[in-house]
Amino acid sequence: MPSLGPDMESARVIEWLVKPGDTLHRGDVIVVVETDKGAIEIEVFEDAVVEALIAPLDAELVVGAVMARLRVAGESGTDARAVAATERVEPTVSSPAPAVAPAPPSAVIAQDSVGTPAASSAVASAGHRRASPAARKRAAGLGVDLAGVSGSGPGGAVLLADLAAVSAPRVKRAGGFDAAAMRRVIGAAMARSKREIPHYYLGQKISMASALRWLRQANESRTVEARLLPAVLLLRAVGLALRRTPTLNGFYENGAFRAGDGIHIGWAVALRGGGLVAPAIHDVDKKSLDELMTGLRDVVMRARGGALRGSELVDATVTVTSLGERGADTVLPIIHPPQVAMIGFGRVVERPWAVAGQVEVQPVIGVSLAADHRVSDGHLGSQLLADIERLLNAPETL
Amino acid sequence: MTVITYREACKQALRAALVADPRVFMMGEDIAAYGGCYAVSKGLLAEFGAERIRDTPLSESAFVGAGIGAAMAGMRPIVEIMTVNFSLLALDQIMNNAASIPHMSGGQFAVPLVIRMATGAGRQLAAQHSHSLEGWYAHIPGLRILAPATIEDARHMLAPALADPNPVLIFEHVMLYNVEAELDERIDAVDITHASIRRAGTDVTVVTYGGSLPRALAAADTLAAEGIAAEVIDLRVLRPLDMTTVAASVARTHRCVIVDEGWKSGSLAAEVCARLVEMVFYELDAPIARVCSAEVPMPYAAHLEQAALPNAGRIVAAVRQVVRPA
Repeated sequence: MPSLGPDMESARVIEWLVKPGDTLHRGDVIVVVETDKGAIEIEVFEDAVVEALIAPLDAELVVGAVMARLRVAGESGTDARAVAATERVEPTVSSPAPAVAPAPPSAVIAQDSVGTPAASSAVASAGHRRASPAARKRAAGLGVDLAGVSGSGPGGAVLLADLAAVSAPRVKRAGGFDAAAMRRVIGAAMARSKREIPHYYLGQKISMASALRWLRQANESRTVEARLLPAVLLLRAVGLALRRTPTLNGFYENGAFRAGDGIHIGWAVALRGGGLVAPAIHDVDKKSLDELMTGLRDVVMRARGGALRGSELVDATVTVTSLGERGADTVLPIIHPPQVAMIGFGRVVERPWAVAGQVEVQPVIGVSLAADHRVSDGHLGSQLLADIERLLNAPETL
Repeated sequence: MTVITYREACKQALRAALVADPRVFMMGEDIAAYGGCYAVSKGLLAEFGAERIRDTPLSESAFVGAGIGAAMAGMRPIVEIMTVNFSLLALDQIMNNAASIPHMSGGQFAVPLVIRMATGAGRQLAAQHSHSLEGWYAHIPGLRILAPATIEDARHMLAPALADPNPVLIFEHVMLYNVEAELDERIDAVDITHASIRRAGTDVTVVTYGGSLPRALAAADTLAAEGIAAEVIDLRVLRPLDMTTVAASVARTHRCVIVDEGWKSGSLAAEVCARLVEMVFYELDAPIARVCSAEVPMPYAAHLEQAALPNAGRIVAAVRQVVRPA
């Protein structure tokens, strides 16, 4: 069970998306877990073959617990099995289903010397999930795919007990989070931020006239679905600007700054029903506006549908919040630890704006920066905001 | 409530039947002067006289045939075949006459005959005298097969058996005769159509009958201490089988172990197993297990005989495998 944030202690397995024998490639989503941030998809980090799913559905696993056994290329199956024999999940908190070690291939009911039925020998043909008839019936009634259920019966057969925890169809991924729990998590993270991080704040007003003009033109040649939103310009501008101020992009851990391995911007998404989450959009400085637009749409939709990936929760090196059309003019961000900076955009409003000695009405946006004084100073922060302004004034360079 | 033996319950049933209906009479080998091989009819000769308590020659075919004739002629004979082992000599009468005549006569002849016989092993009587062949008789349409396993059934099954216009075979397990229990005097009748849940449980259904019931109940006690709640069903009626009760139980527990002193191959246990698969396949959470006698001619040596028979330990082991497969 990977850590999906500094505040995460455990998560509940709610859906296995792979089964033993499946071939995986780096980045494939293999399991969905429920955290305080909703249902999160966990990806695999290596090319591998699934040897066994160890964590039973509904088990609450602490961070670090073994969820499944994979065999990476070149590793022999028997070795992997041997390692696994010592690995047993210790489900914590509330695990209704028993933790299951790899079952022996077959277990024959005690038989008389004559007429021993061979029926219980492991006749699980390829692609046929072993399960008792009763388990099959109940799984069908619950709408549960047996492939994702780890079996405690002979030869790994799924028995009724293995389904005992499965009380409802596992399609509660829409908004599948506990708002109160999320509020507690947000509270804990923000309290830590306020307690530990010496914030400094900078703010600036930027004209969006050039950017929006350019955007209108750019969208004329795009289909409705492919049209760019102003937000993607803000995102891209921050990504490019951070290239020149790498000390605002990274983490403060163990008393030292560690630069991010890329510019992965956590984009704050307000969730319907309350709460927010800031999934990472990776390598913002290396992606085109169209790629970013697609990525932004995707991540916002999945964040609201409760289907984020684990890497999206942990990879962000900096956070951006954009309040959008109905937001306030200015946001004073609170840094999400262990990050060291957060950039906030207010709504775009029409304001008098001086241009070449004349006052014009122009669309204006307030951008603000909260940064960690243990890592950087206002001088550097000012440079970031200046770069953002410069980029937004030259949208063709974005 | 009084505590009596199974033997005494059988005798009380016979006595009550003889008192209640003048058409009732008994015949069999050594039942009168000797009082019966298992002393079930001891004292009845003195009370009811030689007309109604009749010793017969050692010819099962003859006296069973005579019983069939008497039943067809309006009497209510209770024929005792000393043990099921000797009933094979009367098999033709039982199968081809008793079971068939009501059908072949288009209902013109009823055969209200009751045949009692001892069955089962455990008394070191070796291969020729230790059979459990009630499952064979349960194969035959036209017969009703009863296996009283409790004092209550031993006391009360006879009356409805005599009232049945078709031939009824009652199998009394030899190891039950000395079993003692209280007879509830408030109960004055039992049915001969239903299986009975002798112990309720939720984890596994143990289906058995006759001499294996006490073993199954003892196993259930042991299992309860391990946290396994076994439901024990006494079939009571081996033909026609009350599968409704059995299937409903298995549908609740999702697991089943069948205990039958007969040999496993082609046994009553096989029949129950097959019907459960037909009826409640989708309720099963484990393969059905059977605990039967070893498929050998019954050994004489006591330890070998015991090793060949179902016992509580084997039932416990089978249930464990089914409930908590390794």
